[in-house]
Amino acid sequence: MVFEYAPAPESRSVVDIRGSYGLFIDGEFVDGHGEPFKTINPADEAVLADVACADEADVDRAVKAARIAFERVWGPMPGAERAKYLYRIARIIQERSRELAVLESIDNGKPIRESRDVDVPLVAAWFFYYAGWADKLGHAGFGPDPKPVGVAGQVIPWNFPLLMLAWKIAPALACGNTVVLKPAETTPLTALLFADICRQADLPPGVVNIITGAGDTGRALVAHEGVDKVAFTGSTDVGRQIARTLAGTSKKLTLELGGKAANIVYADAALDQAVEGIVNGIFFNQGHVCCAGSRLLVQESVAEEVLERLKARMATLRVGDPLDKNTDIGAINSAAQLDKIRELSAAGEQEGAGRWSPPCQLPDRGFWFAPTLFTGVAQSHRIAREEIFGPVLSVLTFRTPEEAVTKANNTPYGLSAGIWTEKGSQILWTAQRLRAGVVWANTFNKFDPASPFGGYKESGFGREGGRHGLEAYLNV
Amino acid sequence: MRVFGDAWGVSTETLIGAAELRAFLHGLPGVDQVGAEERAARLATRSIKTSAKAEAIDLAISMVDLTTLEGADTAGKVAALCAKAAHPDPSDPSVPKVAAVCVYPDMVEVAVRSLEGTGIGVASVATAFPSGRAPLEAKLADTRAAVAAGAAEIDMVIDRGAFLSGDFLKVFEEITAVKQACGQAHLKVILETGELSTYDNVRRASWLAMRAGADFIKTSTGKVSPAATLPVTLVMLEAVRDYRAATGRQVGVKPAGGIRTTKDAIKYLVLVNETAGPDWLTPHWFRLGASSVLNDLLMQRRKLSTGVYSGPDYFTLD
Repeated sequence: MVFEYAPAPESRSVVDIRGSYGLFIDGEFVDGHGEPFKTINPADEAVLADVACADEADVDRAVKAARIAFERVWGPMPGAERAKYLYRIARIIQERSRELAVLESIDNGKPIRESRDVDVPLVAAWFFYYAGWADKLGHAGFGPDPKPVGVAGQVIPWNFPLLMLAWKIAPALACGNTVVLKPAETTPLTALLFADICRQADLPPGVVNIITGAGDTGRALVAHEGVDKVAFTGSTDVGRQIARTLAGTSKKLTLELGGKAANIVYADAALDQAVEGIVNGIFFNQGHVCCAGSRLLVQESVAEEVLERLKARMATLRVGDPLDKNTDIGAINSAAQLDKIRELSAAGEQEGAGRWSPPCQLPDRGFWFAPTLFTGVAQSHRIAREEIFGPVLSVLTFRTPEEAVTKANNTPYGLSAGIWTEKGSQILWTAQRLRAGVVWANTFNKFDPASPFGGYKESGFGREGGRHGLEAYLNV
Repeated sequence: MRVFGDAWGVSTETLIGAAELRAFLHGLPGVDQVGAEERAARLATRSIKTSAKAEAIDLAISMVDLTTLEGADTAGKVAALCAKAAHPDPSDPSVPKVAAVCVYPDMVEVAVRSLEGTGIGVASVATAFPSGRAPLEAKLADTRAAVAAGAAEIDMVIDRGAFLSGDFLKVFEEITAVKQACGQAHLKVILETGELSTYDNVRRASWLAMRAGADFIKTSTGKVSPAATLPVTLVMLEAVRDYRAATGRQVGVKPAGGIRTTKDAIKYLVLVNETAGPDWLTPHWFRLGASSVLNDLLMQRRKLSTGVYSGPDYFTLD
């Protein structure tokens, strides 16, 4: 029989979306002086809210507020006291987790299953983890009494709006810095809800400032002379611009940029779990993941079988309403991103790769892209080299482990990689040779606050997470 | 489908050697424990509501092998269970009947008599259930007696001692011998996964049983903890899916033991739906070995249709 799952939508009533949002500066919501913009729900293109845009003067106000808070309150505060605020924020995040998850899914398009089970729990975990470091910085290996840097200017992307905020803000505050953070223009709402959480936690004004806007706002922030440290997660192009802007200044910089990760499946892998890992690697968060396993390298002797199993598994993926609890793949975040995915997929076809998607019905409104794989992909194809940032998998094959490593490393990027084999020595042999910041073995897309994350080559520099993640926010 | 090399396509009738069997079973792709458990846990988060839930509850009821396997079983208790099997909810004739009643061999006759005309089959455990520790002759006599008494299905246990010590051929030959003793009766092979310790072993035992002629593979006796779990059932569903792709023959799956609530039952149906596929979503190919789950299914069914919960005293205890 056909077992149809009835719609199981998560209730939106837990979220109260205001008609318009201001900037969060010095503990208050204030008007912006740029042209306000609209944020929409990518699943149905409905306008959610008008959001203020920070111009240069607004950015300046935010940086000054952060400077004053750093010098008078947050910087001098003992670590144990800072920790109390961070623990409080973490607990409020847990208490308001449903609200955060629903809002994240509405604004970003990601399935509620992921925002509920992955994003928000990790956000809380990040604050809990770095709260623990706040009074132990002398034991982190950076000297007996490492000092904060000052004011951090942070610019984050739209793929994990709240999680990227946590990755940036939690270590910065734990180390005694204050922050001015700019969320992506298509996904500002959870950052603004986080501002409300900061107030609820009685965080001193100016310690966290959230300014919204597009590229100009971000440029003004990273270029502002009152900023001591810049942290950016996003595209390699913008990362380059920022590096140019900062060249010759005393600002510290960490960049977490694009990726084109290889997911290597050896013939002796646990195949069912490998298939599951391939799916998690590329279709998690609609493929909007910088460390997505977008290049599948499968050993020739099992390639046919892996593909057959993979296609059968892809046919069970449920694409649709992000708020439906049974949805596996939600909406593409924006029209611009959808265009880019379409353009690169068309290029894949033109270059001769075989395109396949399972039959699946996409909603009429909103931005959607069916899970897709390309077979017969060559290293020279654009879909093997450029980051698609969508639910599109390029499948390549290899014969020997040496060939797998060569192909995996033959990319300008180097953020992550995956290895699938039942043989432990093969994992170690391969991992030692991969030039990627994160190498997962028999799993993929796993994150933990205790584990550092970051890239090689065009994937950026600096590490976020774990003890290593403290370094960027300490004067060392 | 090219899967496990040349060992595919071996018919269940072919005599095979110990070395070939061992090489085949050890050549099966491994099961990654973390990955398998994660997949089962994720499927368990599927939210089955309203019309889908109503459909699932009726399907689950029709898949129940209503079971009593106690030393203290009496003819009266078995007869009562059979009455319940035919009319799970006496006040509501739209409730489907269960798939089968499962009893010890000496109770088969009572069950067959009680179920006459209902279309419900009698399943009997056999082969020195639950330990499986008896000479082959005794196991075969046990089986023949149950079949002679009218059992339509035989739930045999494998010799776990032989399996764990690597004597796969002994297990294989016992299953083929019991299969022969079953005649027309369907053979369910109980792997007792709670004693097999690894998912790799579960996959190997599944293939061993299928190649030896099992019509169904079943997780547990219910006498060993853990009994059925979602990840174990996931691995077995993958095995029957792969086996059919390779040989064309479809084999059923029966988790048994530890399934107590409607939520549990629905999780298994989701697992079947998204692993082996809809072809297995019938009582012909999937069973739930359980007893207490039936009343919870009935309670949830009435809640869905009336909007209110009825107390436990509104459902019969047998």
